[in-house]
Amino acid sequence: MIGTQLPALQVVVPLLAAPLCLALHRPFATWALTLTASALSMLVSILLLGQVLAQGVIDYAFGGWAAPFGIAYRVDLANAYVLLIVTTISTVVTIFARRSVASEVEAHNQGLFYTAWLLCLTGLLGITITGDAFNLFVFLEISSLSSYVLIAMGTERKALTAAYQYLIMGTIGATFILIGIGLLYMLTGTLNMLDMAHRLITVADSRTARTGFAFLTVGLGLKIALFPLHLWLPNAYAHAPSAVSAFLAATATKVAVYVLLRFVFSVFGVDFALGTMPLALGLAVLGTIAVLSASTVAIFQHNLKRMLAYSSVAQVGYLALGVSLATPAGLTATLLHLFNHALMKGTLFLALGCIAWRLGSVRLGDLKGLGYRMPWTMGVFVLGGLSLIGLPLTAGFISKWYLVLAALERGWWPVILVIIAGSLLAVIYIWRVIETAYLSKTNKTAGAGEAPLSMLLPAWLLAIANLYFGMHTGLSAGIATQAAAALFGIQP
Amino acid sequence: MSVAGLYNYWIVILLMMTGFYVVISSGNLVKKIIGLNLFQASVFILYISMGKVADGGAPILREGITHYSNPLPHVLILTAIVVGVATTALGLALVVRIREAYGSVEEDDIHRQDESL
Repeated sequence: MIGTQLPALQVVVPLLAAPLCLALHRPFATWALTLTASALSMLVSILLLGQVLAQGVIDYAFGGWAAPFGIAYRVDLANAYVLLIVTTISTVVTIFARRSVASEVEAHNQGLFYTAWLLCLTGLLGITITGDAFNLFVFLEISSLSSYVLIAMGTERKALTAAYQYLIMGTIGATFILIGIGLLYMLTGTLNMLDMAHRLITVADSRTARTGFAFLTVGLGLKIALFPLHLWLPNAYAHAPSAVSAFLAATATKVAVYVLLRFVFSVFGVDFALGTMPLALGLAVLGTIAVLSASTVAIFQHNLKRMLAYSSVAQVGYLALGVSLATPAGLTATLLHLFNHALMKGTLFLALGCIAWRLGSVRLGDLKGLGYRMPWTMGVFVLGGLSLIGLPLTAGFISKWYLVLAALERGWWPVILVIIAGSLLAVIYIWRVIETAYLSKTNKTAGAGEAPLSMLLPAWLLAIANLYFGMHTGLSAGIATQAAAALFGIQP
Repeated sequence: MSVAGLYNYWIVILLMMTGFYVVISSGNLVKKIIGLNLFQASVFILYISMGKVADGGAPILREGITHYSNPLPHVLILTAIVVGVATTALGLALVVRIREAYGSVEEDDIHRQDESL
């Protein structure tokens, strides 16, 4: 009985927990509720993935109103996989958040913090699970508005300007998406994505379809932080509370990439989106510039959160390159990197969260000798860093390996060079941190120990996951391959 | 259709570009929000325009009316207006906090204060 209601529960659980959080208001109680809701969502997403693997695509008509008139949720392998990423990261980071948030957010605001957290989770899950284009816009705004609030809760006043900047750019992006959806509705008379895809086949070669497609991709480009639309991201991630940086870096841009994939592959179709429209070329060029320029900029950052934020922009470049190949192998690499990048950026931002908790700073200069004062925390950072570089036996290697193979298949040699160059640049910016932490003389020894266990444990959990998924690719690469094949319409 | 017959779409484009220009060019944080509002309002008009059916009445059951305008875009835009109000409120709240922290709502001024640190 409850099994058939899972798609609704996925969104409803965190949505209902959010106002409850507001009512409870006490820091510990709201944290416990957030953790419970998040863990329940994770359970639901695991069950959903199991159902999809066993029975295929799940269609859920909200309130019993059949699609295309009612709002339909549609769970296939691709979004079940993204749902699992989002809920898992949210749960792990929530465990971490209690001590971290307690030190960074004022006590009377913590209830509100967790309310916004749950709303953001609701939005991200809703975007991923829905099969209705307008519903997607509404969830997009729910997640965006709550993430502006979360970012503005950072300790420095720069967090306010970062949140404002993100609000302006994010709203422009969302409005572009709204225009795109409007033009598609004008053309097809439906909001259901599946229905839209069927009706678009006959009218795809019209100016309205092309304009709608352009508005959608530019709007999504802003949300994805694809170069040159990434300007909001470094400030937002650098000044947000540590837990928020970890959560958003690992999930928000991933979900936006998923939406792009959904529109490109399921609504417009590969032939139109990557053939008729010059999206493949655009993504290849912008992806290349993103990898090279953002990695280079990352090398010169002194604030480590900012460094990782620029690294995120570079990772988005890899995702774009995977899509631009327009082959199932390229799409597999992108989906795989969604998962692996969530793991590695989650790990690295949690390590920085531990450092921020202990030192109150994440500036490179303050890390001198930290490898000996906080060995466990720096151990996490090193593992995450190696994964980011793409060393064999880590998750990062697997995604780069798949991407290189996909590029070879198409004979795109320059892409392989870009991947190698990007990895070498990553070696430089990660090495700077390792060098400072382990090889420079420390000038102050007193007053620094390890971060508390409740923060180290989730960080280590993600770090070990990086190693695990670097060696056992059955779950990550297996599902990514199947999901990519399904998006391409290839029946197994 | 003639150029004049599409006048509401011309208004949409005009409003959209005006709003967009204000967001980009203005250095005042409040004015940016106003520009953003204008930009969103143009999209509302776009949606409402597409719902109009020629010779169609308001979508209410009534004697003697057989053609109705499409009510769905109106409903969608009600939701989008709510989202727009929430965005504006949040944006203005942020501006208030920024003014408390920096003592200014001018972008240049705020930038200069951050640089001087």
